[in-house]
Amino acid sequence: MAKRIEASNVSSYYGSFKAIDSISMTVEPKTITALIGPSGCGKSTFLRSINRMHEVLPNARIEGRLTIDEQNIYDPDVDVTAVRRLIGMVFQRPNPFPTMSIYENVVAGLKLNGVKKKSALDDAAEQSLKSANLWNEVKDRLNRPGAGLSGGQQQRLCIARTIAVEPQVVLMDEPCSALDPISTLAIEDLMFKLKDRFTIIIVTHNMQQAARVSDKTGFFSIDKTGDPGRLIEYDDTQKIFSNPTQKKTEDYITGRFG
Amino acid sequence: MSLLDRELSGVVMTPDNIRTKKLSLVANLGVAVAALLVSAALVLGLGIGNWVLVVVLGWALYLVGLLYVAGRVEGRRAARNRAWKSLIYSACILAILPLASVVWTLVSKGVGRLDGDFFGTSMNNIGARDQNGGAYHAIIGTLEQVGIAALIAVPLGVLGAIYLVEYGRGKFAGTVRFFVDVMTGIPSIVAGLFILSFWVLIVSPWFNDGQPRFSGFAASLALSVLMLPTIVRSTEEMLRLVPGPLREGAYALGVPQWKTILKIVVPTALPGIVTGVMLAIARAAGETAPVLLVAGGAAAINFDPFNGNQSSLALYVYQQAGDASKYAPARAWTAALTLVTIVLILTIAAKMLARRNSLTR
Repeated sequence: MAKRIEASNVSSYYGSFKAIDSISMTVEPKTITALIGPSGCGKSTFLRSINRMHEVLPNARIEGRLTIDEQNIYDPDVDVTAVRRLIGMVFQRPNPFPTMSIYENVVAGLKLNGVKKKSALDDAAEQSLKSANLWNEVKDRLNRPGAGLSGGQQQRLCIARTIAVEPQVVLMDEPCSALDPISTLAIEDLMFKLKDRFTIIIVTHNMQQAARVSDKTGFFSIDKTGDPGRLIEYDDTQKIFSNPTQKKTEDYITGRFG
Repeated sequence: MSLLDRELSGVVMTPDNIRTKKLSLVANLGVAVAALLVSAALVLGLGIGNWVLVVVLGWALYLVGLLYVAGRVEGRRAARNRAWKSLIYSACILAILPLASVVWTLVSKGVGRLDGDFFGTSMNNIGARDQNGGAYHAIIGTLEQVGIAALIAVPLGVLGAIYLVEYGRGKFAGTVRFFVDVMTGIPSIVAGLFILSFWVLIVSPWFNDGQPRFSGFAASLALSVLMLPTIVRSTEEMLRLVPGPLREGAYALGVPQWKTILKIVVPTALPGIVTGVMLAIARAAGETAPVLLVAGGAAAINFDPFNGNQSSLALYVYQQAGDASKYAPARAWTAALTLVTIVLILTIAAKMLARRNSLTR
């Protein structure tokens, strides 16, 4: 079950530095939302706030409300690990667990959360690897180390690992920035496929990618270095890329700025 | 305008000729032989030393000669490269020499008493005129004491390091880290004295009808005091090398922090942790003073580490080396060889275990 995410006035801090300033946006279930904007404007910080990964860093804190199907994930009685099971994340650089094989990497989330049945794990591994378009390439070497794969394969392995735990929302932080065009295409195809089951939010520097894959696009920007990032415009991707209402958005997507 | 045209006129990035002359191996060896001959003629002719000085002086002359000859043939840059390379190789050989010498001395002198009697008997009832006598009791003592010390220090040290890396924030962690650093510098005799005054004199009388008593366990305690800081520091360094994104990757799957540490972070750092632990164990196995102070040493076999005097291999070496009997030095050498072999076997076994757990590329 994909879920709706609603942010209202979310501000994130690193110590006394305010990284993003009262972001409000609603992400509908089973859609792909792209976050674009220049470097350092808080896209990743906002993304990391959605599954409470922001607070892993020392001195990081957050203000405002972030709800997933009406439940505020920052309520004091919320279990962080439960939130992260609902909201999975794929990182910029592929980070397969180096001590584990391909198979163990895919089922790591299940296994470490207490699933022991071999048949269930085998099924989950096969399904997830198939969903991630990786099954055909690795089915004969599932017990080889995950770190031995190519960069694009590693990233798809990390996606398989993320969807193996059946989250409702998948966050992607520039998942293709370290990949070649063919692997990028494979991952974009994959996102279309996953859209039927998950809500996807993707941070990207590649505007063509945002235009290609997303239903809605949010444009983040900062006035000058040291200022907090703001959400300038958030609308249908069609509208943002053809007829944005804000001058800043138009400047950015036409390449006149940033 | 091409890139080349924009180069600064004074800086020539594109050499006209990419070929250079190379110094042949024959010329290289020729320089070495000449250097040795000159050095031999000089040293032996003047009568200022023996073959050691010939080699040392010859080596220095070879470096200078190589720098000169290569400079004439290959040019300055290549010659300097050659000289540095020779220096680094020399440093490597110089570092290996003492090690090889130690191993050779141990093996050549220790092989004399390498017999069944040495490994099967103790020093009980062995007088100054007896040729036999063995280190069975000392081997038992070393294995038991180091084993118990490792059982105490390894879990404490590894858990302490995990605290410092994964949980420790602020003043308390800083204090812990500072005291671990201070503990690293504790001389082993001080650790022995601490256990003597605390365990042997104060605690052990409670178990022993009011009489203070030496025991192998007291030695284990002293050794674990010595091992603890080494293990904490080396494990800490290894855990810090585990990249943050790995932890985040596990968190993003909804894995709780303790499980992330146990199943992701520690296994990734395991080979390094094992190396640090083995270094600590090797150091503890070679300690003499604490064992002498709190286990007392013994000539007879004592299997019980909690009761009565025990010996250890290091202590055995110390005692036999200072013994008046003419058969004692041979026993000391063989015991030293045994100690080194035990540590070596343990290290190799631990490394193989650690490697089996992590996948090979």
